[in-house]
Amino acid sequence: MVSNSEEMSTSSEKVNCDACPILCRISPGKTGSCDRYGNFNGKLQRIDPVILTQNVIDQNEAVVPFEKQTKKWDGSVLNPESIFPTALGAGTTYPDYKPAPFIIASRHHDVDMVTVVTEGIFSYCSYKIKIDTDRYVGPEKASVRCQGEEVGHVITAEYGSQMLSLGGVHHLTGGSKQEGRVTCQMMMDLGNKKSVEFEVDEGSRLVIKAGSAPIIDGEQEERMRVGCGSATIGIFAKQWHGHVDEVIVVDEHITGMLSEHQAGRFLGMEPSGIRVRGRRSTPGRYFQVANPGHGWGGTDISNPLEIIDRIKKGVTYPGLRLLMVSTTGEDATYFVFDENLKPCEQKMPKILQKVVDRIGENCEPACSSVLFMAGAGGSLRAGVTENPVSLTRSVQNLLTRITCGGAPVYVWPGGGITIMVDVTKMPENSFGSVPTPAIVAPIEFTMNLSDFEALGGHMEQVQNLEDLTQQRETLIAQWNQDNPWPYN
Amino acid sequence: MQETNAEPLKRNDRLYLQHGPIDIIAHVEAPEEIRIHLYSCAKNRFNTILEELVAELDLLRLPWSINNPVPQGSIALKMLAAVSDSQVFITPMAAVAGSVADEVLNTLLFEAKKQDSFLKHIQKMYVNNGGDIAFWLNQGSSYSLGVVDNAEIPELNIKVCLPYESRVRGIATSGWRGRSLSLGIADAVTVLARSASIADVAATLIANDVNIKYQGIEKRPASEVKDDSDLGSIPVTVHVPPLPEEQTSKALHQGLRTARKFIKAGKIESAYLSLQQQRLVIENNLDEIYNE
Repeated sequence: MVSNSEEMSTSSEKVNCDACPILCRISPGKTGSCDRYGNFNGKLQRIDPVILTQNVIDQNEAVVPFEKQTKKWDGSVLNPESIFPTALGAGTTYPDYKPAPFIIASRHHDVDMVTVVTEGIFSYCSYKIKIDTDRYVGPEKASVRCQGEEVGHVITAEYGSQMLSLGGVHHLTGGSKQEGRVTCQMMMDLGNKKSVEFEVDEGSRLVIKAGSAPIIDGEQEERMRVGCGSATIGIFAKQWHGHVDEVIVVDEHITGMLSEHQAGRFLGMEPSGIRVRGRRSTPGRYFQVANPGHGWGGTDISNPLEIIDRIKKGVTYPGLRLLMVSTTGEDATYFVFDENLKPCEQKMPKILQKVVDRIGENCEPACSSVLFMAGAGGSLRAGVTENPVSLTRSVQNLLTRITCGGAPVYVWPGGGITIMVDVTKMPENSFGSVPTPAIVAPIEFTMNLSDFEALGGHMEQVQNLEDLTQQRETLIAQWNQDNPWPYN
Repeated sequence: MQETNAEPLKRNDRLYLQHGPIDIIAHVEAPEEIRIHLYSCAKNRFNTILEELVAELDLLRLPWSINNPVPQGSIALKMLAAVSDSQVFITPMAAVAGSVADEVLNTLLFEAKKQDSFLKHIQKMYVNNGGDIAFWLNQGSSYSLGVVDNAEIPELNIKVCLPYESRVRGIATSGWRGRSLSLGIADAVTVLARSASIADVAATLIANDVNIKYQGIEKRPASEVKDDSDLGSIPVTVHVPPLPEEQTSKALHQGLRTARKFIKAGKIESAYLSLQQQRLVIENNLDEIYNE
């Protein structure tokens, strides 16, 4: 979008545009009469260029503005086999559309391929958020709000992660206008990898940014726990063995106790006589030792000794060494029982500190993952082929590969084409919106040319990359090397 | 030099005409042979439209005055007619979008009338030039319209259905956020009139008058925002902060006064004015809106 207040660039040279008979002379930072071309950095540039991505290992920075003056694209500079056309800037006509804006034929590994490129308009779309954290964010089913409006809810918690589902057709269009506006803006921002603030009913305040550590109630999360208390015991039992008589790994889900645990029994450890509160699941594994909170191990515990219910005289002995640690290794205390069988805090022995640190090392950085989920099963398919269901089948049969801005997608089983894609793998500013409200996102379908014809594809619309660069301004951006090359 | 871009949009049989700043989507609702023929005529006419306008751009950028030299092009004459006798500063450029829409529609209608049997097979036709719309209806048909006040806040703010019986055949929208520059602060003023060129001028002038003095409203000389603007150094709106209710209402009522003048003068049928959280609608109730 062009705003009415453009910044002035340092150069004062106007550029001439010959794209149409008006022949505007455009001042720096401004656009011509059509608002399609503008003067940026002293060059005439198309405001909404199509973005091609180039897979060239050696290239460092490859954003090349394609100048109108250069009519012929010099094929010797760029190898067509190294170009993948993304749908960014491809455009689509709303609310109607014509055959997908670009259907590009190319040859890869001696096979004629075709990539159908369009910016899809999605009313039925949402985000699935995975927040790596021990911290409690809110009860399942709780509403998630943005600026006070309901924009989603908490879904089933996963291992080491809290999960949210945000957006969707009902919040976009089924609620109040304000709800729709806020939902739409939130969805664009999340997809474009910006930071967004949320409040969970009966839960926490969250700041989520794709690929960054989540901020929960004002505190940035550092690490993802290596596992629940039981898992941690299972992993590190051998490393503690001999240096300590009991280890209690505190967790909001399952708190583990080494001596009772299968792992400790296997090592021949003696019972410590320490009994933690909560409900015993299987030996050494306890539920509901603590409530979710912001303390040790994602619990509401700040003093770990709180969770010890009682000790068994005659089993527990003076000198018994007890390590209490959280599942991220961030909180750890070492106790030795005195002659009155009271646990006394002592300096952590180096050897135990090493294992505690190792727990920490095994915790990956906490991250918020944002997955865009959308249905491309509707009228969008008609831009590809005259028989939409044949496209769906070819996707299900793995003859057609789908990407979003070049990023690989997961296609859900079952009917229709429902995709899920990690937004961090997509180019900058991939997401836009239209007034419905609905979200605009790039989508590309890649397949053999022969398969394209067989499924009723719009063969008369197929063009070469060269033709495209003649018609439209194109920018070439670096291919994200972490994404699989769609032509392989 | 870029060629004009013209092609039928395969899915819904619309005609897309693009050249420079002109972005037209046209539709003829009729059997295929009629539609194809009319589209071909429209394309031919469209080929030289931009050049015709550019040739007389100097005249068209002059603030209207009875003493100005008169242009020759058919569209230019429409533009001039739409702004003639204005009591306030205006140039024919204020009518350019609507006039181009009118011209292309006239071409379609002219060609349709040439053939005896064509017209009765056509339900309706419209030419949408970037939101300024000229349309023709056959008896029993109607034209539906939706307005989005602010493209940055995506929602359909109002829906209207215009039946054959209505006098409305032209629609235009003006606001400070769009491509055109505005002296006022309206998000959108949509005008329904008998032609697109008249609607265009009215929308522009009504939107210009939706105005108040308030801290935070930023204006800059038009030429600083857009090179060679026909508005010269007249201040145009570049930013509007969130406004309190009272100020919003005040500004809208300023525009409403202008809209009322246009209605009383018989130039427009209705106007829809919107600014942030408020909207006003004014309609022609002076005489029967629908003929029997």
